[in-house]
Amino acid sequence: MSAVVVTDLARFYGDVRAVDGISFTVEEGEVFALLGPNGAGKSTVVEILEGHRTRDAGQVTVLGRDPGTAGQAYRDRIGIVLQETGIERELTVREALVHYGACYTRRRPVDEVLDLVGLGGLGDRRTHRLSGGQRRRVDLALGLIGEPDMLFLDEPTTGFDPSARRNAWEMIDGLRSLGTTVLLTSHYMDEVQVLADRVAVLVDGRIVAEGTPDELRGRADRETSIRCRFPGGDAASGRLTDLLGGLAGRVSLRDGVLEVRTEDPTADLHRLTTWAVDRGVGLDGLEVSRPTLEDVYLDLIGGQADG
Amino acid sequence: MADRSVLSSLLLLRRQIGYQNRLFRRTPIAAFFTLVFPLIFLVLFGALFDGIDVAPGLEVDAAQFYAPGLAVFAAVSATYTNIGIGVAIYRDEGVLKRIRGTPLPRWVYMGGVVGSGVSIAAAGVLIMLGVGFLLYGIEMDLGNVLPAAVTFVVGVASFALLGLALAAVAPSGQSAPALANATLLPVAFVSNVFISVRNDPPVWLDLLGDIFPLKAFADSFFAAFDPFEEGSAYKPWLLLRIGLWGLAGALVAAGKFRWEPSTGTGGGSQRSRRRGRR
Repeated sequence: MSAVVVTDLARFYGDVRAVDGISFTVEEGEVFALLGPNGAGKSTVVEILEGHRTRDAGQVTVLGRDPGTAGQAYRDRIGIVLQETGIERELTVREALVHYGACYTRRRPVDEVLDLVGLGGLGDRRTHRLSGGQRRRVDLALGLIGEPDMLFLDEPTTGFDPSARRNAWEMIDGLRSLGTTVLLTSHYMDEVQVLADRVAVLVDGRIVAEGTPDELRGRADRETSIRCRFPGGDAASGRLTDLLGGLAGRVSLRDGVLEVRTEDPTADLHRLTTWAVDRGVGLDGLEVSRPTLEDVYLDLIGGQADG
Repeated sequence: MADRSVLSSLLLLRRQIGYQNRLFRRTPIAAFFTLVFPLIFLVLFGALFDGIDVAPGLEVDAAQFYAPGLAVFAAVSATYTNIGIGVAIYRDEGVLKRIRGTPLPRWVYMGGVVGSGVSIAAAGVLIMLGVGFLLYGIEMDLGNVLPAAVTFVVGVASFALLGLALAAVAPSGQSAPALANATLLPVAFVSNVFISVRNDPPVWLDLLGDIFPLKAFADSFFAAFDPFEEGSAYKPWLLLRIGLWGLAGALVAAGKFRWEPSTGTGGGSQRSRRRGRR
């Protein structure tokens, strides 16, 4: 049985189509990521799956129930780690875990959860004396205390510095051993690459790509990126192909940087440099490289990323 | 909720009340304003009215008249003010948002807030009356303990519900204290809490006090201490007036209560959407 089945889900805010008819499934024990820029509709989807937001169309089943009507008994089996949820500053970490744990019919031992999220020595510290990263660990611990079958992680590393993100990744990766199904949202391609078994890329409320992280970068693996600063400036963008003459790859000009994405780098590089030499133009910052994951992601979302 | 028994919900409620009490104990500023502040009034009034003959020929200290009023003030601070401010702040901090994601029934959360408010109010009233008995010689007919307790229960339950309503309508945790004080203090002055306006007050002052539930609470509670009271210390009409306000508070709370921080109307996506399109 699939843990999550979403069919033709839609949610509108006025005339904004925040979620515009999406479908996906998450298998039991799988780590599934919804990837997309801010405002793509990720949080709305997650909130609908959590049962906190109504939908305008489509079917949703999580753990065999409709979250829209499942209520408390459903919440007993899921764990939710949201952005911007506070912790009572008056409590110690352990007290918070004991208190929230009591709300669930099943629960993990507090010390086990503390170790799981790497807060082993900090159980007796007041939550307001924790660093931001440590507080996020408490968030995760509180999401796990009820031994959930399904865990929702809403942008688990947004706002982290690089080393904190890496630690969080290790922690989330460690959840695999628990067999919990995880649905996470992110706007970092590299995060999804590390953590997710499968990814759906969400842009403007629609899924524009779906697959394993490797599948997503499949096309990019065949391509090479040639980049340089372009002397013509952005004004030349409409006439690029004319100017450069018969390039095999896709040409784009953004912020004065020319990029050619091509499966035939040798020929295209030759055409570009020939064109420049013929006109006595220098190609500043010329580089030839493999596209990064971030490039693939930017391709998919059409340059909307602002995170 | 079908699979959770009533018993386990009640155990959860008891736990929730303990949790709210713990939060209160660890917030010194709230404890000060609720439990100590009214006592300061008692001491100040005691100094101001020292030796004033209240009623010729009657061996009664002036404290007999203002200590019950201040006890009511402490009870209302513990419920209306504390709940209104506390819940609004926890909402701003995202604590309510987290609670909403757990299987804790919403009525148990509300019940915990109200139950904790009632128990803190009981502490406030007992401290006030205890100091009154010990240091200021106030007296109470033993037969009036039950009427006073009934008034207390009706009063604090109603003001706790009004506190939930206050939290529901307060735009943010920052504005909640101002809203609480602006609604409570002016009313307190026409409600026989600080100053007794029982003897020939101007009509408009009398009417103003009658509109709000605080005067009914103070008068009903005072009846158990009133040396001139010749009838019953039970004041059913006053209790009814308090209860109707409590009901109104419950309706407002039920209709307007929000679990998400007021900084975001629709969660992360909405907020990010605005940010993203700027």
